[in-house]
Amino acid sequence: MSSAAAAPPVNRPSLPELFRAFVIVSISGFGGALPWARRMIVEQKGWMTAEEFNEAFALSQFLPGPNVVNFSVVFGSRFGGAPGAAVALAGLMGPPLIIVTVLAVLYARFGDLEALSRILAVITAAATGLLISVVAKMAAPLFQKRWDWAPFVAAAAFIGVAIMQWPLPLVFVALAPVSIGIAWMKR
Amino acid sequence: MNDNPLIALFSYFALLSLFAVGGANAAIPEMHRIAVDVMHWMSDRQFADSFAIAQVSPGPNIIIVTLIGYHVAGFAGAAVATIAMCVPTCILAFFVARTWDRFKDARWRIAIQAGLVPVSLGLIAASAFVLARSADHNVYAGILTATTAVVGFATRTNPLWLFAAGGLIGLSGIF
Repeated sequence: MSSAAAAPPVNRPSLPELFRAFVIVSISGFGGALPWARRMIVEQKGWMTAEEFNEAFALSQFLPGPNVVNFSVVFGSRFGGAPGAAVALAGLMGPPLIIVTVLAVLYARFGDLEALSRILAVITAAATGLLISVVAKMAAPLFQKRWDWAPFVAAAAFIGVAIMQWPLPLVFVALAPVSIGIAWMKR
Repeated sequence: MNDNPLIALFSYFALLSLFAVGGANAAIPEMHRIAVDVMHWMSDRQFADSFAIAQVSPGPNIIIVTLIGYHVAGFAGAAVATIAMCVPTCILAFFVARTWDRFKDARWRIAIQAGLVPVSLGLIAASAFVLARSADHNVYAGILTATTAVVGFATRTNPLWLFAAGGLIGLSGIF
């Protein structure tokens, strides 16, 4: 992993490119923006390797607050410092802010959500599929490496939250130190 | 409720954002408690509708705070709630990211990073599982989920096409 983290990214985005990329991620991001962020950054632009993306997203996930919003700041600051972070955040939050405000005005006027709930059912079903595909893609580097322990930690986190339905912060607090400890000793 | 509603919005959401480990979905119950039970900003039904609107809109689902803010205090409320939810954690994320990148080759940093990745992945997988359980309430939804998963994994097709096709089927009333 150290070699992958040290390897320079293939390309570097300029500030306008950064802004445009996060606008596209945000307006495509029905039912969650993570799959779209990965598609844009790893698959289309080559700004990060699959492993770098996993690492940056893991960091974003364990900071408090919305994951993808944190990710835009982590990613933007790495490539453009404070202006990069601001530009990525503005690209991510600007368009949905406008769209959702328009929807709020419409809702206040009409307030009928029957069509909306049917659209929602479809979006959620499709977005779930997209999220599953991203989990599979993000898992790939874990199984290629010799970190034999990593898939077991991932499985434990999954079982804790999805099957046992324990609170997420609890699962994290219990599991992260163990996982970090193993990573420390393996190195 | 004697407070200026903008100040109340700002202080609640700024505080909540700093404790919201696990992202938007983890924060929803607490948001509901504040908006409906404590502050009486909106009814249960209005909260549920806001949640639905936020999910239908593109972009991060945390955008529900914009809707709550709009409901409480119009456009100013929408802006204040959104800023309160994003800015404090973003400032934290910015400084953590800079520190993180500075210690790129430190052994502790590499261990923490290597340890966090599988936990993170397990948690994302869990949220996909929880989503699937609530979304796939009939066979058509299950097929759409499975199709999107396979196409998303195996091809470079833009998944929006699947969303659009699914949407047309949904509007036809099968769902």
